[in-house]
Amino acid sequence: MAAVSIRNVFKSFGAVKVIQGISMDIKDGEFVVMVGPSGCGKSTLLRMVAGLESISAGEIAIGERVVNDLEPKDRDIAMVFQNYALYPHMTVYNNMAYGLKIQGRPKEDIDKRVQRAAEILELSKFLARRPRELSGGQRQRVAMGRAIVREPKVFLFDEPLSNLDAKLRVQMRSELQSLHQRLKTTTLYVTHDQVEAMTLAHRMLVMNAGKTEQIGAPLEVYSKPATAFVAAFIGSPPMNLIPGRIADGGKSLASDGDIHVRLPEARASLEGRNVLLGVRPEHFETCEPGAAMLSPDIDFIELLGSDSLVYGHLGADKSGARMAARLHTSMVAKEGNLPLRFSPQHMHLFDPESGKRLEA
Amino acid sequence: MVERRPLLTFVAHAVLIIGAAIVAFPIYITFVASTHSFQDIMQVPMPLLPGEHFLENYKQVLIGGTTTGSRAAVDRMLLNSLIMALVVPIGKMSISILSAFAIVYFRFPLRNFFFWMIFVTLMLPVEVRIIPTFQVIAGLGMLNTFAGLTLPLIASATATFLFRQFFMTIPDELAEAARMDGAGPMRFFWDVAVPLSKTSMAALFVIQFIYGWNQYLWPLLITTDETMYTAVIGIKRMIVGGDAANEWNLIMATAMLAMLPPALVVLLMQKWFVKGLVETEK
Repeated sequence: MAAVSIRNVFKSFGAVKVIQGISMDIKDGEFVVMVGPSGCGKSTLLRMVAGLESISAGEIAIGERVVNDLEPKDRDIAMVFQNYALYPHMTVYNNMAYGLKIQGRPKEDIDKRVQRAAEILELSKFLARRPRELSGGQRQRVAMGRAIVREPKVFLFDEPLSNLDAKLRVQMRSELQSLHQRLKTTTLYVTHDQVEAMTLAHRMLVMNAGKTEQIGAPLEVYSKPATAFVAAFIGSPPMNLIPGRIADGGKSLASDGDIHVRLPEARASLEGRNVLLGVRPEHFETCEPGAAMLSPDIDFIELLGSDSLVYGHLGADKSGARMAARLHTSMVAKEGNLPLRFSPQHMHLFDPESGKRLEA
Repeated sequence: MVERRPLLTFVAHAVLIIGAAIVAFPIYITFVASTHSFQDIMQVPMPLLPGEHFLENYKQVLIGGTTTGSRAAVDRMLLNSLIMALVVPIGKMSISILSAFAIVYFRFPLRNFFFWMIFVTLMLPVEVRIIPTFQVIAGLGMLNTFAGLTLPLIASATATFLFRQFFMTIPDELAEAARMDGAGPMRFFWDVAVPLSKTSMAALFVIQFIYGWNQYLWPLLITTDETMYTAVIGIKRMIVGGDAANEWNLIMATAMLAMLPPALVVLLMQKWFVKGLVETEK
């Protein structure tokens, strides 16, 4: 086990800059999830840690050792690929044992490690099978087994669950979690799925266009997004971002089309500034029209069971911001105006230009 | 067929049977001719049922060829053909799987240029470059040798191309996983690339075995020594011209013998052959 430290790392393919200066210190035994939309460079960053991509500038260290110029096999890491990358012609046993054989370990040692990994992953019955005779979830486990038997300092996962169906994904997610609790190996995990990121991570690195948007624990990222991008990316449905200007001595947000949103907490210091007001759909409550901070017109409703998603827009002529609210189904009227309010701790303000969070 | 109409089934089968008969009939005639004495088959019309000289004719050609034409024994020719038909595919595959591996998995200057160089030779089959090739082989003193017989046929773009296409379908992650496991390039080659291309190799072997066995023009040019004749050349040398002089019964027996090994290879390797051509699972 080891800490991993990524120091001001850059990567470019020709003229295209894929990673633009990312730094992060990952503690020994920590589970860090790198999350971001497709093409944000998260997989490239992981592959740089793995040694499958060269590092254009900066430094990556595993433990005390700078690994920039080391071959993957010398970095003491193990990687699980999105499509599992199992050797199709080898049995499950040989798939797991292959790396150990190359290392030239004694047969008994290899056997002990493979049997143990198979036991942990409940693969003991399948050791003699080939990958094509296994289900997707089982293949996934073999891929993890191949990583476990090497007892590496760091596990790298590249979207390992995205080829599984929804139900299996949830199951594997919890298995991954218990596996990490058991082995306590430092883990770097790449995903575009924010639910995976939220549930698995000790800390997450939210990336966009090759840059760090925010590094923090899942709850911190959720409740205090550092940028408008993170606010919109984490959470489902995404946070409502309503553009406007702070008015009335910081007590409300005004915007074209005669839209006024009353703020639950005055921000006198921002008077006159253009901002993005962010409120998560799940943080709205219905209220009396008199107490309403904003009252969107309902466009349509999605019933989810106990909750409903209400989509609407602000302003009379549909010109205003579109928004969504997650409300208890019994609270929802079919159409017309929906008076809503939200509490001060659920109010987020962002600078519309830089996207940065504006603190009180 | 989707439709289930008895008449259609009948017609379809009739067409198939007629087609098969048309293809099979000459082979049948060849067989019949090889079982009669010389006098019998020179009759008009020729007998259409097998005769009684089967063993006699085959023994004659295997030991002493024909009596009027070439007297070279056919057993030696079959051995020569077999050597040629084995060395050509094996040599071809060994060279082309390595070159394809290099072209797909290594980055080196002018990589694509070399690939296209190899590819362009597809347009230059043996027949087109036969005079210069003969000149080279003769200059190297390889006339009437197995090396001369096989080497010019081994250099091949077809197999390189086929293996390249196959390697390109192997997911990159597999090579990366092997790299993480600490396998060097040649280790990956032997442990992953070669085992995965087994079925392609089988298909290629069948095709190239028949290609090597059926070579006519090239062996005809460079073998002048009876002991280096291949079966196909042997047949040619048995025909001396003028219908009366040719012992067609013996020539047909030789033709039957020359047909057997390729047929056997196809039959025995049919399963692998089809797999190699259609398999998609990686």
